[in-house]
Amino acid sequence: MASLKTLLARPWIWSFVGALLVWLATIAFTGGYGAGGMVTAALSLAVFTVIVGVGQMFVITLGPGNVDLSLPANIGLASAVAMKVMGGSDSMIVIGLLAALACGAAIGAINYLLIWALRIPPIIATLSASFIIQSVDISYGRGLQIKPPPGFADFTNWQVLGIPVLAILTVLFTVGAAIALQRMIYGRSVLAIGQNIRAAWLAGVNVGRIRFLTYTLSGALGGLDGALLAGYFRGANVDIGNEYLLASIAVVVIGGTSVAGGKANVPGVWGAALFLVLLLTMLNTFGVSAGVRLLLTGLIIVGVITAAGGEKAVR
Amino acid sequence: MAAGNTNVIRPSGAEKRSGAANGDIVRLDGAEKHFGAVRALAGVDFHVVSGECVGLVGHNGAGKSTLMHMVAGTLTPDSGAIRVHGGIEESYSVSRARQLGIRCVFQELSLCPNLSVAENTRINHASLSGFGWRRKAAELIAAKLDEIFPDHGISAWDIVGDLSIGRRQMVEVARAFTVTQDRLDLVILDEPTSSLDAHTSGQLLAFVRRFVAGGKSCILISHVLGEVLRNADRIVVMRDGKMVASDAAGAFDRDRLVTVMGGAEARQKVAAAAAAKPEARPLRVRARPAGQTDGKELVACAGEIIGLAGLAGHGQTDLLLRIFDAAARAKAGIEVTAPVALVAGDRQSDGIFPQWSIAENIGIRSLARLRNGLLISPQREAELAAFWQKKIGIRTPDMNNNIFSLSGGNQQKALFARALGSDAQIVLMDDPMRGVDIGTKLEVYDLVREEAAKGRTFLWYTTETEELDNCDHIHVFKNGRIVANLTRDELTEEKIIQSSFGDAA
Repeated sequence: MASLKTLLARPWIWSFVGALLVWLATIAFTGGYGAGGMVTAALSLAVFTVIVGVGQMFVITLGPGNVDLSLPANIGLASAVAMKVMGGSDSMIVIGLLAALACGAAIGAINYLLIWALRIPPIIATLSASFIIQSVDISYGRGLQIKPPPGFADFTNWQVLGIPVLAILTVLFTVGAAIALQRMIYGRSVLAIGQNIRAAWLAGVNVGRIRFLTYTLSGALGGLDGALLAGYFRGANVDIGNEYLLASIAVVVIGGTSVAGGKANVPGVWGAALFLVLLLTMLNTFGVSAGVRLLLTGLIIVGVITAAGGEKAVR
Repeated sequence: MAAGNTNVIRPSGAEKRSGAANGDIVRLDGAEKHFGAVRALAGVDFHVVSGECVGLVGHNGAGKSTLMHMVAGTLTPDSGAIRVHGGIEESYSVSRARQLGIRCVFQELSLCPNLSVAENTRINHASLSGFGWRRKAAELIAAKLDEIFPDHGISAWDIVGDLSIGRRQMVEVARAFTVTQDRLDLVILDEPTSSLDAHTSGQLLAFVRRFVAGGKSCILISHVLGEVLRNADRIVVMRDGKMVASDAAGAFDRDRLVTVMGGAEARQKVAAAAAAKPEARPLRVRARPAGQTDGKELVACAGEIIGLAGLAGHGQTDLLLRIFDAAARAKAGIEVTAPVALVAGDRQSDGIFPQWSIAENIGIRSLARLRNGLLISPQREAELAAFWQKKIGIRTPDMNNNIFSLSGGNQQKALFARALGSDAQIVLMDDPMRGVDIGTKLEVYDLVREEAAKGRTFLWYTTETEELDNCDHIHVFKNGRIVANLTRDELTEEKIIQSSFGDAA
């Protein structure tokens, strides 16, 4: 009983509860048909939101005003870079992935450079960076061979016993991220900066380096996501990352990370990502039109954030 | 505020109110308050009559602030009754208290940092409306600041966040005394001088006496016992949530007060305590303030305690921060040869991580040493916290509790533990004893001297002259420059005030 209570006190539990409820509602509607397949599909799609969500989570945890709005453009460019470097050849997969990571990391580093050197608020800096990235992507991606190598496409769709391998790897990655957040100097420093940047500086935290690392990490994860998306959907394009602007922020917030910074958790990102994907599946299953679907998605996100944000302030 | 030489107006005995003869402004009977398992107040009877200044003293956590929150209407007692102006109050609240002429200046400053001084004044005065409300508010607050703190140097258009903590406190105090529509009978001053230097403290206390002489009332909470003894008509002592003494101020002296408060015994000055130290110790800090034109500079060697004195906000904190910065990357005019840690005085904005436990707040400065491989070891973090809990006496059942479960003085102890528990050989202290009770202070002084004897260097900015007795050398600051350099033997309050106001550039 006591363990149930501590479980319920965790902010991330509600995102999993939400995902479960949506899933049950859907299979109740279909009469149990496709229950397993739905979970597999949800896992496959949630992976992409989780990867960028974790990066966004670290950025948002840096404190008020910190957010990475360049992720969609970043994903678009990195997908093109990865596909071009791979050039349809299986032997180039690893190099292509590294190129995508490097491209994303460079974008993240440039984001922080704008924030630090020009003292632009992160929201403006990453948004304006995303316009530049998009323009580069459009001129770079035109007329290129943009299909993934067959081996890479198979890998991103590979399943073992109905569980996508990519999802398993992502779970391992998120376990690592959770450890970094709670048990490593880097994570502690991010949490300290998010609570009180001046106190963090005066407590000896290297504020500049940690913020630089965080934006670079977010960029790198965006780059990796771009490459994986291109593999999964069998082709890169400029718009491939568009839905991850709202999604990356929504999973962070629904997952129980504080928008005000200084408080974060990784499991919630998974729960929220599954919730969002299953929500879309449910609305599709119900046969709701696209307009109503968007409307309902927005309303539900607002509702969840309101309910999850009901916890009392510390003092 | 050490010696009793300030310009305080004391009414003669004949003018003094005799207590119960006058109408009560506020009276609490059997007030009790619990926070979870903690009993903050255990049946307190407390009253204030018009025309008196009540001094309220007691250790941190004795229940002073809780009691005052009740008088001000921000907390409701679990049981007990409140009467204001004789009438019993059933649903007492902050707005009701304001209507009835009771106001409070709390320890944690309550100004909005993003607004100007005038706009902050408007928050408390709804009647300042219509065109030109900013101008009206500005005139109101400026007049009150002029009255209480002549030569305050604060403009009503200054943004509060840009002011030093001392000036914020001056604005906060002055705002509480401004009057528009509502009546004003009683002002509660919770540690009003904690961020003020000796000069402005004197101005404030003199004003309090004038205010009380005009038939109004004040409650003065202060850990500087001399202040209370010299300015209160009646002194109430609290301990462990109970009122243990209430008597005319003349019936107390410093020793009796300390005894009644319990805990630390009254002690003599420690001046002679430090024996002659060996010479030729390694240099730790050499720093020249940015605006220094002559050759004066601050030099600190291993094992020394260096005091930074002078009026509040005259460049002491700036120099400490520049030294702190210079430890991370080279800076012109400053030489630092060992790791540095800082103990913040402005806890809320410079020290505390509000989401974290006490243990995490202590460990943040020492993360690299708490690692086991790549990961921070929770066990080592707990050990560090437990060691300092014992050493510095942090009063809590569990170091994993949130930092805000501690009283203000204990939060400050946690910040000391953060700095002293680190590898820093140089500890910068930015007036860290604000709002800390005398027992804690004495413990920390001992600890500082003990650590200095082990070779640590302390740079200690303080607004309380008594604390400078602990220092080997004292630098007096004025307008961002060092104007005098005293050894401990030369130190007197007069000398510091003289240097602070002297026209020596």
